[in-house]
Amino acid sequence: MNGINPSAPAAAAEIAAELSGRSLWQDAWRRLLANRAAVAGMIILSAIALASVIGPFLLPWSYDAIDWEHIEALPPEFATGHYLGTDSLGRDLLARTLFGGRISLMVGLLATTAALLIGVTVGAVAGFVGGRTDQLLMRFVDLMYSVPLTFFVIILMVVFGRNFALMFLAIGAVEWLTMARIVRGQTLTLRNKEFIEAARASGGSTANIIVRHILPNVLGVVMIYVTLTIPQVILLESFLSFLGLGIQEPMTSWGMLINDGAAELEINPRTLIIPAAFMTTTLFCLNFLGDGLRDALDPKDR
Amino acid sequence: MTSPLLQVRDLKVHFQVRAGGIFFGTYLPLKAVDGLSFDLSAGETLGIVGESGCGKSTLGRAILQLLPATSGTVAWLGKDLTALDRAELKAHRRHMQIVFQDPLASLDPRMTAGDIIAEPLRNFETGLSSAAIKAKVREMMEQVGLLPSMVNRYPHEFSGGQCQRIGIARAMILKPKLVVCDEPVSALDVSIRAQVINLLMDFQRALNISMLFISHDLSVVRHISRRVMVLYLGRVMELADRDAIYGKPRHPYTQALILAVPIPDPDKERAKPRVLVAGDLPSPLDPPSGCVFRTRCPRATEICARAVPVLESAGVGHEVACHHWRD
Amino acid sequence: MSASVLDLRNLSVRFTTPDGDVAAVSELSLSVGKGECLGIVGESGSGKSQTFLAAMGLLAHNGHAVGEAIFGGVNLVAADESTLNGLRGDKLAMIFQDPMTSLTPHMKVGHQLTEVLVRHRNLKSTAARDRAIAMLRRVQIPEPERRFEMYPHELSGGLRQRVMIAMALLCGPELIIADEPTTALDVTIQAQILDLIRRAKEELGTAVILITHDLGVVAGMADRVAVMYAGRIVELGDVHQIFNAPQHPYTKGLLACTPRLDDATASALVTIPGQPPNLQRLPKGCAYHPRCQNVMDRCRAEKPPLMSAGGGGLKACFLENFGRFQAGAVVP
Repeated sequence: MNGINPSAPAAAAEIAAELSGRSLWQDAWRRLLANRAAVAGMIILSAIALASVIGPFLLPWSYDAIDWEHIEALPPEFATGHYLGTDSLGRDLLARTLFGGRISLMVGLLATTAALLIGVTVGAVAGFVGGRTDQLLMRFVDLMYSVPLTFFVIILMVVFGRNFALMFLAIGAVEWLTMARIVRGQTLTLRNKEFIEAARASGGSTANIIVRHILPNVLGVVMIYVTLTIPQVILLESFLSFLGLGIQEPMTSWGMLINDGAAELEINPRTLIIPAAFMTTTLFCLNFLGDGLRDALDPKDR
Repeated sequence: MTSPLLQVRDLKVHFQVRAGGIFFGTYLPLKAVDGLSFDLSAGETLGIVGESGCGKSTLGRAILQLLPATSGTVAWLGKDLTALDRAELKAHRRHMQIVFQDPLASLDPRMTAGDIIAEPLRNFETGLSSAAIKAKVREMMEQVGLLPSMVNRYPHEFSGGQCQRIGIARAMILKPKLVVCDEPVSALDVSIRAQVINLLMDFQRALNISMLFISHDLSVVRHISRRVMVLYLGRVMELADRDAIYGKPRHPYTQALILAVPIPDPDKERAKPRVLVAGDLPSPLDPPSGCVFRTRCPRATEICARAVPVLESAGVGHEVACHHWRD
Repeated sequence: MSASVLDLRNLSVRFTTPDGDVAAVSELSLSVGKGECLGIVGESGSGKSQTFLAAMGLLAHNGHAVGEAIFGGVNLVAADESTLNGLRGDKLAMIFQDPMTSLTPHMKVGHQLTEVLVRHRNLKSTAARDRAIAMLRRVQIPEPERRFEMYPHELSGGLRQRVMIAMALLCGPELIIADEPTTALDVTIQAQILDLIRRAKEELGTAVILITHDLGVVAGMADRVAVMYAGRIVELGDVHQIFNAPQHPYTKGLLACTPRLDDATASALVTIPGQPPNLQRLPKGCAYHPRCQNVMDRCRAEKPPLMSAGGGGLKACFLENFGRFQAGAVVP
């Protein structure tokens, strides 16, 4: 078949040297790194996460240890190791804030992961398979949407008793709904793209097409949504804790700490300000990162 | 003539389209393809021309079973594809491929050119080692005029013409027997168009492919096809050998279509009789009774509104659906 | 030729993109005579649309034009927004490829038409209505009174383009810039629309700039043709000369690689090798030289200026007596 190569593109020769291509992910990553707010967000976020994970091991005081001699100690007390002072029960505030951060971030991550897995699966299947499957799954989503969150959590508590894991379940059960809707919408537009048709014409099965073509293409949107879901979950957890439906003493989370701090705002505002500062910084960073991701992955820019 | 590779008989593809009403909309049938029959023999190129809404793209997809047929049969070597189950259909898919109109949209933006071209191989030749796949992909890239060193690049890094070459490589890598080309050059620049047409024709000859070449561009169809089928609102107006269609068109629609195509020659173009087809295409949701073309036809009479014209023979291999083709 | 309507002098258009600046149009000079139809032919990226968007002050936000575009004594490139608004839709009209994007979707067609008249001609609304309906009838829209009350999405593509033409003609413009006016339309509808534009030109004496990639459309419509490549004019001349005796290898290549309805040879089409150029990495010298079959050393080093090509035409090519190369030289 010698005749088939009528014209090797001449212009291609100049770029032949570069062997590997730049994927859309690499492009997006480059754009993200060019976004200062997003990069700052990433750095601060990693610092807070790192501090929350290893911080409690390094501090002299544990989050639940009560130091009877230093109740309501004012910071900074380097001699006693209460760098940010103590609360009204004499517990070290820094240790509690870092430990609370651990719980809050964990709830954020785990619940979001749960929401991600369920939401993406349901959304992709509903969107791609369509028809009755789609109807059934989406009506279920609608049904779940109409159940008020607090009511749902209280029911769970009544049935299963108070339980740490319940928290993930309750939050995950609510957050996946939006994810499913988003992924379904994306999948519907993708389904009619010619490259999906091409994949079918090339003999791909439904599962194969979802995994190879649909998922990688919805991932961008999903990632943006994830960075925006984590702060939502953290807020939700603090809201539930605030209502007394969340974490139990002496365990703590940022939400709980803020709740406690709010009670003694007039006597000891530090107990509110410190955990609140950590939490808002985290939420800020996540939102900046989410915005940065959206700009980086936005197809309009391409 | 040898027995045809593909036999399409009375193929209908209707869609239900929601019309009006916020809560209780009614559904109207959209007859995208309404009773088409034709044969395609091995190594033959059949051009399918028509304006938007004539059902030419739907037809291509229905033949490949990418869209379900409402009724009728699509027989591949005597076997009806519409009756096959999924596994049997998959086995047949390797012989039937498609090249799309929009070169960029038909390639997965998250995959490299090499992965895209290799996809049919991975689906059908599961026994191949990855080195063998790589070698085949490289060979294919050379054949379509792409540098094999570009194998790891992504679609957005290629120009439109190069993307279309990737699409062609993907379609040809299994050496198919039938390729449906759905407007493969409409989105390309003029200077690239000729390259891609030549590439398709080279493959067609080298692999003895049967080709359905769907296009609205009559000049391109004339160049590439052996026979031509003219569609209007889902029905065949005329079907004949290329020279008969362009030299002696019988159907008033074909005649109008050919006259409407601008010729890149100022002397000829300006000397052409300026006969315009009046009016707009009717809505496919509400096609005219009888002959679908009658609302724009200069020769329409009362019988055209009453009776649907059947395809009549107007010569060897020349079929026309018009009450007045003899006039 | 009579006095010119639009004069482009050294018009350049640059775009700022994240990956660096792109020169879409480079030092382009061109004039359009009264009542003349000038065809602008080029492929994507040739700058054919951007040239005239710049002249109309309609460049995208990251675009920047320098040079002059003289229309009725006003330099459009330097004019402020209110001057441009006074001219656009009045003396200077534009028709786009996709009428859906240039008509406001939530406004009735009639309202959009009368608005033009009220703004530019100070007409009362009843008078404007009569004028608008008369114009709709003139562009052969059936049942104009009914269409007048419709929204753009209720009309077919062909009708929408007719509405656009009606809108363009309402104020009796001196120049219509039609940017790929028929590319989105079917052939039979294209023939109708082209006929309308041709009649507007003949009956109203309006000058028309017809931007298209379709050589057939230009052959039937244009008096003069400019062929563009990589932001420059490579050949400019009378339509007969361009088609019958092209003086630039690119023009000749374009003509040769277009499949023709009137002549079908079974052999392979003649092709222009390679890809249209990447504007960010234009080759040195003549931008066409990597694809040119007649390339000389000089073409790689120097940009050819526009020079006389005989018969009143201009070409940007160093080749002399291109006629010698005519037969078979471009065959691969």
